Amino acid sequence: MQKVSREILVDKAISLLNQGVVKAVFGWRKGEFDYDVTPAVFTTEKDIKENFVFNGFCGANFSKYLVAKTVNFDGKILVFLKSCDTYSFNQLLTEHRFDREKVYAVGIPCDGMADISKVKEIAGDGVSKIDFEGDMMKVTTLYQDEPVEIKLGDVLLERCYNCKSKKHVAYDELIGEDGEVLDSNRFDEVAKLEAMTPDERFAFWQGELSKCLRCNACRDVCPACTCEKCVFDNPNSGVENKAAANSFEEKMFHIIRAFHVAGRCTDCGECSRVCPQNIPLHLLNRKFIKDINQFYGEYQAGEQVGSRAPLVNYTTEDVEPCDVFKGGEENA
Amino acid sequence: MQRIGVFVCWCGSNIAGTVDVKAVAEALKNEPGVVYSANYQYMCSQAGQNMIIEAVKEHKLTGIVVCSCSPRMHEATFRKTAEAAGLNPYMVEIANIREQCSWVHKDMATGTEKAIILGKAAVAKVNLNAPLTPGESPVTKRALVIGGGIAGIQTALDIAEAGFPVDIVEKNPTIGGKMAQLDKTFPTLDCAACILTPKMVDVAQHEKIRIFSYSEVEDVTGFVGNFDVKIKKRARFVKEDVCTGCGACVEKCPMKKIPNEFNLGMNNRTAIYIPFAQAVPKVATIDANACNMIKNGKCGICSKVCTAGAIDYTQKDEIISEKYGAIVVATGFNPISMDKFDEFAYNQSKDVITSLEFERLTNAAGPTAGKLLRPSDLEHPHTIVFVQCVGSRCASCAEKGKEYCSKICCMYTAKHAMLTRDKYPDTEVYVFYIDVRTPGKNFDEFYRRAVEEYGVKYIKGMVGKVSPEGKKLKVQASDLLNNKQIKIDADLVVLAAAIEPDKSARPLATKLTASMDTNDFFTEAHPKLRPVESPTAGVFLSGACQGPKDIPETVSQASAAAAKVIGLLVKDKLKGNPCVARSNELMCNGCSSCERVCPYGAITYEDKEFRMPDRTTKVRRIAKVNPAVCQGCGACTVACPSGAMDLQGFANNQIMAEVDAICK
Amino acid sequence: MQVEEYKPLIVAFCCNWCSYAGADLAGNNRLNYPADVKIIRVPCSCRVNPMFILRAFQRGADGVILCGCHPGDCHYTSGNYYTRRRMALLFSMLDYLGIERERTRVEWVSAAEGAKFAATMNDFAQKVASLGKNKRLEDLRCKK
Repeated sequence: MQKVSREILVDKAISLLNQGVVKAVFGWRKGEFDYDVTPAVFTTEKDIKENFVFNGFCGANFSKYLVAKTVNFDGKILVFLKSCDTYSFNQLLTEHRFDREKVYAVGIPCDGMADISKVKEIAGDGVSKIDFEGDMMKVTTLYQDEPVEIKLGDVLLERCYNCKSKKHVAYDELIGEDGEVLDSNRFDEVAKLEAMTPDERFAFWQGELSKCLRCNACRDVCPACTCEKCVFDNPNSGVENKAAANSFEEKMFHIIRAFHVAGRCTDCGECSRVCPQNIPLHLLNRKFIKDINQFYGEYQAGEQVGSRAPLVNYTTEDVEPCDVFKGGEENA
Repeated sequence: MQRIGVFVCWCGSNIAGTVDVKAVAEALKNEPGVVYSANYQYMCSQAGQNMIIEAVKEHKLTGIVVCSCSPRMHEATFRKTAEAAGLNPYMVEIANIREQCSWVHKDMATGTEKAIILGKAAVAKVNLNAPLTPGESPVTKRALVIGGGIAGIQTALDIAEAGFPVDIVEKNPTIGGKMAQLDKTFPTLDCAACILTPKMVDVAQHEKIRIFSYSEVEDVTGFVGNFDVKIKKRARFVKEDVCTGCGACVEKCPMKKIPNEFNLGMNNRTAIYIPFAQAVPKVATIDANACNMIKNGKCGICSKVCTAGAIDYTQKDEIISEKYGAIVVATGFNPISMDKFDEFAYNQSKDVITSLEFERLTNAAGPTAGKLLRPSDLEHPHTIVFVQCVGSRCASCAEKGKEYCSKICCMYTAKHAMLTRDKYPDTEVYVFYIDVRTPGKNFDEFYRRAVEEYGVKYIKGMVGKVSPEGKKLKVQASDLLNNKQIKIDADLVVLAAAIEPDKSARPLATKLTASMDTNDFFTEAHPKLRPVESPTAGVFLSGACQGPKDIPETVSQASAAAAKVIGLLVKDKLKGNPCVARSNELMCNGCSSCERVCPYGAITYEDKEFRMPDRTTKVRRIAKVNPAVCQGCGACTVACPSGAMDLQGFANNQIMAEVDAICK
Repeated sequence: MQVEEYKPLIVAFCCNWCSYAGADLAGNNRLNYPADVKIIRVPCSCRVNPMFILRAFQRGADGVILCGCHPGDCHYTSGNYYTRRRMALLFSMLDYLGIERERTRVEWVSAAEGAKFAATMNDFAQKVASLGKNKRLEDLRCKK
């Protein structure tokens, strides 16, 4: 049950463009297949009418793109933000990564986005066409006569099952009603891992992280990873490495990456969405978020512009590193 | 590539006893960059140092590793040696093979092996060392003192006496602060005004001191030696340089019902007023919120009666910009509000007062001309109950009180009790206390006199409730030592309210980037060893803004702060520590993480234009470190995700190289 | 199988103002601790980047310990508070990845606590030794 349709967004985009409020529009461009949508910038009514798509596969978080696109752009850019995207949007503003004046943000409601790999698991390979009807999708494949009907709710992205908030924390204009911050179960999986023995945990992560190709997709999509030059690309940093050549290399990369975004990560889940190896990278970030909430009090990155991230803050009564395991042991 | 010389010290047998120094020198010879290696009995001796100088010249060394005692011992020595040899002093690294090797290990093989590894780490680091030059900055020879209470007065006088100009910024129309409101001072019982006012006059007359009264600090930029401060001088509608302080205007002002702040609202003043007789500067001030002429242009009496022509209703706030080399914070304290302490009926009865109000009631210049009379009916009180620790040591009631001990209350309460019994022997005086804390010269003796000679009734226990009934105040309390409940019919209840930093301190701390604790007291640079300096270089602390203090303590801290300021201002130039953070602007994201962890406010941001590879330009926000302010802790280097921020002398790649050398 | 006694490799990052001086004091007082402990001097515990710690493990360290000023006593007023947060989170993460928690430690040691420094190092070295060689974090390429 998509409350917002392609038509509404197209109308909104064209009217803002024609009114001169914005000079460009961030949207999703049609690709080869219906599930193949690419973030793109539209500047003409014609282009929008022909190529702008909006369907259940428009999961990409646009916030990060604003960093590169607003620089040297003369005028405002329209961006459509799902509730989860608005947190990244705010976090980037907190870090002065783009100029708020150059953006016209329209909040759009979202009931979750689909994961194409889950669709393929059900419908099989050779997906040629996907038609959305309310919260159902009809998937036509090359190998089956009849389209397969799938409920959107059965094939959501992992992060959408654990949606933390339907509330938009930043926008200039909102389409539809705003939602609430949700009481998600997003830490359940982290807790499950915590309850394992160290050997089991090691085996789990060894198995997951050894799949890593070091393709850097997680880093490149992450709205918290907006460094001008990543330490892993900097030959002088001492940790630069291009390939996952051994058992520790990818761990180093993912630990450091998670640490660098700790307290700044809004838990948008883009890292896991884009990982070609399906590594549950969000479980690293969520571990930090869970620990931060537990040690230093609830903190949601991006909830407020200008808030002080937990790692650049302290209290004199903070928990000692040697005591952080005590709570866990009691729970175990 | 560096040309490194390694010098292994025997330190007599201190090192050579458990480390084979020759083997160490031999092993390090093969390390990358090492072109010369030697060992000697005492490297720090003149002969040893000469040996280093000779080797630098002969082998064209660019870096030096000394394997010797702790760098805390002789790093400075060997840096000077390097300088004498024509090298940059920061091209020296020490491998600590005495305190951290030969002295803790007994076995020669183990000691030698470890010494070699420590030497390798030092060589690896020197390979990445770069010459460093400490920055120099000039010093503006003028000090700013914020706050004109006894702390600010003492600091200003001491600095001025040393010959440096000082400006005092005071937010009230007069200097003097809390001490001017006090009656007598413990434990000597001399009159506060008698010892304070001559100092106020000294300040007024000192040629090196300027007073900006009725003024506030608006903005502070710059750094140690070079602060740029904007001071807002609020319009007082009276020309300071013309007013003679005759008081004719005050007498004639028709607005007579304004609560008098100086007497804590226990009597009234006029709209144009001089806070008290000995005010400095002794100039009238018009309270713009109360003056009819300023509010609606109807009146103008003061301007008619002023023969000097000092009244100027059109005066505007004025911003004064001045440069200072050092800033002293002396913003003092206030008693906390009693609004949340309903149990003591402070807001229900006029006869429940705070200790500071009691001071005014007993002060000859106060609302009752020094006669101790109840505020409600101006009758003499026969039973007085003093309650200590109201809002102090209040761990369980942090929402209304303070966790800390306010320190001065035990003594002033003893003083109040004693003075009351002395002047009015027919008055019963009770003091309820948790503990009586009297550390200090002649303090305990003073308290014992109150009990033993003056018969003040000290009762251990807290007052639970005060309820006004008719003319009396019913006081319910517990006597912990006798384990019973007490009821007293009191005429006057005096609350020893906790003290807290002045409300202006928090915004000021932000302007100064000086750190504060959770109670809004200013933090000192080191709690034991640098108690009058703030962690921000060039900002010093004086008096109760740093923690609760009595007058002698305040004055000693004030003088100590002055001594520190003088020590700074006598210098023509400040030489910095070159091991400071530096931001690589090509990599900086401008995300502000570094700025947030910097305890010194050394990091600022600027928009800079960059040329991009495609010939376009791009304006980016980047961090800049002020080397004169940075102290080199390195907190920013870890907060920076991109590694743009690095610490000179302890750079990322240097420490990484040490790690690699050790873990090889 | 080698029968040689296993010697752990321990990297200790020490703050120049407190624990580095504490280590010097331990030396002055001739208090023993294993030579396996190698100290790296940093201006403040907050200078220690998690990358240094991971790098040490990657290159074969068996344990890494960080020593700083007691909370409230930081030479730079707040550095060790940041250290405390960073390391609490980093060590918790390493534990989450299945790395033995005894291989990492933060300890507050003042310049006056030579005895505490030696005792801490003895205890840490012993704990790390009992875990055996660090196999979970090392980078095999870095081995000779």
